[in-house]
Amino acid sequence: MTGANGSGKSSLLRLAAGLMRPAAGGFLWDGQPVAREAEAHRRRLVYLGHADALKAGLTVRENLRFWADLAGLAKAAAASRVEAALAANELQGLADLPARFLSAGQRRRLTLSRLLLQTAGTAPLWLLDEPTNALDAQAQQRLLGQLRDHLDAGGVIVTASHEHLEDLPGRRLAVDDFEPAPFDEAMLLAPHDALGEVA
Amino acid sequence: MSAAFALLRRDLRLSLRQGLDVALVVLFFLAAGILFPFAVGPAPNLLAAIASGVVMVMAALAALLSLDRLYLPDFEDGSLDGLLLSPLPLEVIALVKALAHWLTTGLPLLVAAPALGLILNLPPVAYLPMLTALLLATPMLSLLGGLGAALTLGSRRGGVLITLIILPLYVPVLIFAMAVIDAARLGLGSAAGFLILLAAMLLASLALTPWATAAALRQAA
Repeated sequence: MTGANGSGKSSLLRLAAGLMRPAAGGFLWDGQPVAREAEAHRRRLVYLGHADALKAGLTVRENLRFWADLAGLAKAAAASRVEAALAANELQGLADLPARFLSAGQRRRLTLSRLLLQTAGTAPLWLLDEPTNALDAQAQQRLLGQLRDHLDAGGVIVTASHEHLEDLPGRRLAVDDFEPAPFDEAMLLAPHDALGEVA
Repeated sequence: MSAAFALLRRDLRLSLRQGLDVALVVLFFLAAGILFPFAVGPAPNLLAAIASGVVMVMAALAALLSLDRLYLPDFEDGSLDGLLLSPLPLEVIALVKALAHWLTTGLPLLVAAPALGLILNLPPVAYLPMLTALLLATPMLSLLGGLGAALTLGSRRGGVLITLIILPLYVPVLIFAMAVIDAARLGLGSAAGFLILLAAMLLASLALTPWATAAALRQAA
């Protein structure tokens, strides 16, 4: 999604996550209204807003482990997934450092590591609000690779971004010109559909 | 279950690492209570008469002071979105948050209460009833306080607003807790009836406040 500041990209993402309820209309997943299966919808999505949702008093590893445990991962799976995610974002060296000592870019990398805690099979829908903020060129490339891997694995990504993500396949939605459609034609969030078309 | 435990562990860890939070609540409780002998005079009988009331009111105010760290940090740093979207039911989250709050405020107050009782010349027979009443009352302070904290998320002057919303709800808790202590202090016979009422109120808040808190949190998102 592209659009000027304040055009409603973040609100649309929050609506899609189910954090806000739409005044009219709704979202479909595989043809089913997500409002009717709110819990299943929560399980299949990872939403990362612009706040980093990190606790300064916890270490890098503890922060990530908390989100893994909260997602309901089994103990052994949570531990190995956390280490793999830290490695993928080059945060192992910082793993035992309290998050308060991280730079803005490192904080962002830690937050983005939450994407790697689950597989495209269990949590296929990624809702990302300006994911490249504060990332350096190298980290942006790494993120782009992870986004591609997720798409290749059959996942769906909805992202609000100004830049850096043009190379990804998918549809462009300019939120500025977005006219809310009636419910039955509402934005379709279906895995097979979202990947197929390139605008 | 393990997700709920992870949340409890995180909240406790954060509170204990910023150990000052817990210490400040206890210090406020003691320091504010110690003001009373200076204000009303050191007459032992007068102090003995008001001691249990002072302990209860100071416990309520100390709990109130710490309510803004219940949901506000999660709200401000974006963690609340993650909690709302977790597979864990929001009612369980509200319950776990209240439990974490009680473990880091109610429980330390329970430990500190005899010290304040000593300073205020509380009669020896009243200690056990006071601790029993506090044991039943302090979880209610956390449960009702959690509701107030959730309701005031995102509002300006949230701290003042919590006070106005929550203090009236604390009144019944105080009344019955005081009845338990006074029954023992004045030798009015068994306090079992009041204890059972207090326990019933605790069970009712355990059953009802998580739902109300969850609804308030959904509105805040």
